[in-house]
Amino acid sequence: MMKVNVYVTLRESVVDPQGTAAKEALQNMGYAEVGNVRIGKLIELEIDSTTKDIDARVKEMCDKLLVNRVIEDYRYEIEED
Amino acid sequence: MKFAILVFPGSGCDVDMHHAINEVLGEKAEYVWHTEAELENFDAVLIPGGASYGDYLRPGALAKGSPAIESLKAFVASGKPVLGVGNGFQILTEIHILPGALLQNKELKFKSGIAKLTVDNANSIFTSGYKEGEVISIPFAHQYGNYYVDEKTVEELKLNNQIVFTYADSNDSGSTAKIAGVLNEQGNVLGVMPLPERAVEEILGSTDGLQLFKSILKRWSENNVSNA
Repeated sequence: MMKVNVYVTLRESVVDPQGTAAKEALQNMGYAEVGNVRIGKLIELEIDSTTKDIDARVKEMCDKLLVNRVIEDYRYEIEED
Repeated sequence: MKFAILVFPGSGCDVDMHHAINEVLGEKAEYVWHTEAELENFDAVLIPGGASYGDYLRPGALAKGSPAIESLKAFVASGKPVLGVGNGFQILTEIHILPGALLQNKELKFKSGIAKLTVDNANSIFTSGYKEGEVISIPFAHQYGNYYVDEKTVEELKLNNQIVFTYADSNDSGSTAKIAGVLNEQGNVLGVMPLPERAVEEILGSTDGLQLFKSILKRWSENNVSNA
């Protein structure tokens, strides 16, 4: 099996109240160096290693279900073992 | 008139919808379980609120994998009316029948209460019984009620008169342009976050939601007379 990590975040144009609150908390704690904070989610997919054209398959899964492109962006990485 | 109430695992307001149509409006509504979604013999489809698939991933998202979606798309293409409320609205955006998406309320909390809604378009299939500019009281109960569309799409929605309801006073959820209910471009699909089926009898505190169902019935009756 191969592992694919999909990272999903809200689009830049979408307000992220969790990120804003976490940024303010960090700054209050003395981490003045923190600029913007965006909070997203990690989706781990285990995928059959013999899958052909895995990039196209993963992109399709993201576009069709895992990510709502109206409000979210994503990137992914494939972990080889 | 025959209404289908499309039920997914986790739909919660299906019984309210059934009561509103059968007992109050006096028409016929049937539950249609999502895996046996034969919709073509119905005159309208209602997608109730609740939390289909536990709201996992994103509210409404996992309904995409249901066999009902293809028949729903065909039903929409036939031009017959489809109403999605609450989670039903979320499903309609997730399958891109309606524009935009529903984000968490701006305070990231579940909110409920009575929303004051302005009727911005009283010419639609769903709102011809209201007066343009009328303010109505409809209950709401949602955590993902923050309707988001980008600026370009908002302008298109305004130009096409697709914005049907807006929040008249407080816009607690944080919706773009205070939008509470929106039509598809063809005008036969309405998504609305507040729950009109919960405002159909005096004992519920408001009857303002009934007019929405009466409007659907009125349009259907007119069409049927002209086709006869």
